Amino acid sequence: MKHLTFRGGIHPPYSKELTAHLETEKANDPSSVAIPISQHIGAPCNPIVKVGDRVLVGEKIGEASGFVSSPIHASVSGTVKAIKDVPSVMSGEVLSIIIESDGKNEIHPSVISNGEIETLSSKEIIEIIKEAGIVGMGGATFPTHVKLSPPPDKKINTFILNGAECEPYLTDDHRLMLEEPDDIVYGLRAMMKAINVEKAFIGIEDNKKDAIEAMIKATAEYDNIKVVTCETKYPQGSEKQLIYACVKKEVPSGKLPMDVGVVVNNVGTAAQVAKTIKTGMPLIERITTISGSAVKTPRNLLLKIGVPIKEVIEQCGGYIDDVGKIIMGGPMMGLAQHTDEVVITKGSSGIVVLNTKEAKAQQESQCIRCGTCVEQCPSFIEPLHISLYSRYNAMDLAEEYSAVDCIECGTCSFGCPAKIPLLQAIRVAKQHIIAKRRKQN
Amino acid sequence: MLEKLTVSSTPHILSKNTTYKIMMHVVIALLPATLGALYFFRLQAAMIIFLSIATAVSAEWGIQKIRKQPTTINDMSAVVTGLLLGLNLSASVPWWIPVIGSAFAIIVVKQIFGGIGQNFMNPALAARIMLTISWTGRMTSWVSPGVDAVSTATPLSYVKGLNIIPEDAPRILDMFLGNIGGSLGETSALLLIIGGLFLVFKGVISYKIPLVFISTVAGFALLYGAFDLSFMLYHIFSGGLMIGAIFMATDYSSTPITMKGRIIFALGCGVITSLIRLYGAFPEGVGFSILLMNLSAPLIEKYTRPRVFGGGKQNA
Repeated sequence: MKHLTFRGGIHPPYSKELTAHLETEKANDPSSVAIPISQHIGAPCNPIVKVGDRVLVGEKIGEASGFVSSPIHASVSGTVKAIKDVPSVMSGEVLSIIIESDGKNEIHPSVISNGEIETLSSKEIIEIIKEAGIVGMGGATFPTHVKLSPPPDKKINTFILNGAECEPYLTDDHRLMLEEPDDIVYGLRAMMKAINVEKAFIGIEDNKKDAIEAMIKATAEYDNIKVVTCETKYPQGSEKQLIYACVKKEVPSGKLPMDVGVVVNNVGTAAQVAKTIKTGMPLIERITTISGSAVKTPRNLLLKIGVPIKEVIEQCGGYIDDVGKIIMGGPMMGLAQHTDEVVITKGSSGIVVLNTKEAKAQQESQCIRCGTCVEQCPSFIEPLHISLYSRYNAMDLAEEYSAVDCIECGTCSFGCPAKIPLLQAIRVAKQHIIAKRRKQN
Repeated sequence: MLEKLTVSSTPHILSKNTTYKIMMHVVIALLPATLGALYFFRLQAAMIIFLSIATAVSAEWGIQKIRKQPTTINDMSAVVTGLLLGLNLSASVPWWIPVIGSAFAIIVVKQIFGGIGQNFMNPALAARIMLTISWTGRMTSWVSPGVDAVSTATPLSYVKGLNIIPEDAPRILDMFLGNIGGSLGETSALLLIIGGLFLVFKGVISYKIPLVFISTVAGFALLYGAFDLSFMLYHIFSGGLMIGAIFMATDYSSTPITMKGRIIFALGCGVITSLIRLYGAFPEGVGFSILLMNLSAPLIEKYTRPRVFGGGKQNA
């Protein structure tokens, strides 16, 4: 059978063999954690603890400050040492609650089972998800309860669970599908009930045959949940591309998946929903793949939110070679860090450490108009033109060439034989255009 | 250990493809035809090809030196232009023809318009046409292959104005192999097709462009020759069609960027070639057709802009 996919895309070196076969291991308990008040898309939350307070595992320490916001919880038990700015994975600094662990991992009394899907109403499920601080764990970190609360005029009929994991190096979703397939299905069913949809797909790239098998087995008793084998191609895990592969619908330009009746969530998010319903434990830990040529022992680790990545890398044998680049997330869309003092957050799917040779910037030369960027762009835009307009500050032309439809997957920059940083220039244009439109409105 | 962390925009990994690699693939793809030229036309071919490449590279180096630009001779694109022009010349041309041609191609057609990727015409082809217009006699005196090169006519001039193949015309098999009169590299369809298959295999060009170009010419020849299959084969294996369709109509800079545009481009080349060959004053029309379509490329590109994923115009 021909696997489902989208038009365009690339086949970068996947480098998943470094960690794909390694079982998820529980990381050492940290001596202290720094939990940022903003780990999601939307308004930062407000700290509700004071310096000196004793907090327990799962205790809420930051309250959501609006609908599109998400609370945070203590991932260790101990004392709040400080509330101060620390380096953020998103660039700059972010206010964080520093908790010194007492090593006891005493669980907060509020952490009790929420019951079963069958006994919970859809409103209750959404409330549980909201209170547990669950956000998109694939890396986008959009608050999940917002995704599950579409405006009444949008009729949702399909749920898609994203297990594509198309980013090179990352294997956290892969391991999760192998190790906790039943939790994923349980969480999926809870979210389906929350939003009242009957039909669901779980999209997985065909380079994870064992995960596909595991998920097929876990969904055997549910006729309405279908595991979809997608072609291994970047960016298969991009929301719009995955929707197209599963239901052959294009999300209209400038619109959201809900406009075609679809809600997409990551498999990691689903597993977390299951855990929260079953045990009451909010989102305080996640699986992260630590990989790359400059890490001694690549691993998949179950990590507490707020652990500095320096400590994480030490648990992976430390650095080898000359470290050139530390990326939070995968190498295609992840963010390069200027320090290893940043911490694991809800969206930390991976830490990829490259050596200096791999990190070296490549000399850019003139565009030869080979057309590779146009051919491979999954948004069907023309990166070479937009980037040129952007660099010459012709933003109205960039807008006319649909710069804002760019999904920033980096396919164009990857494939360019002249090594032109196409995406970087397009991103500048995109931000400019969005800012302009905001001003107009 | 972490003193020099690189912080840069995404993506953090890049493909191994480079401009140099693409150009090298084109050079390799032209090797069979080049070796064929050396076999058929001996020392004369070696001299012309050498002068053509040497002039192209030195012209590029020189003009960039004068204009205080970083040199780009290492990307091999000047070698490709020089080699292509050399293969487009008759074995009988004097030494200064490839020199003037290559210098014109690089300085006037390529560098003055902004260098690699900016030329609006295929440099080698523009140079060939310029030379043909300026020194028509020397550029169109063809010799037959072999040591004692005697002057001969090209296969296309035998069928000019006819819709059948005359008795004395070259055999189709000789045309396919290259044992005929014509410019150095365009005589052997077989060797050019081998090169073309290599380029398609390496992903440098799409098979669609040469296929559409050649099929269009084949279609016209079939109709014109009242479905005489050998007349059709005669047309597609003769003249510059193979080298033009495989190596010139696929030039990145002077063709539209979109695949749809490139197919329209190839179709246009086929139509114009056929019209010139069958109804025009010249026996051959490949060169003119590609140059004319080169000029239309920006227009075609404008009207073949891809439909954005998720709908059309974005001004919501």
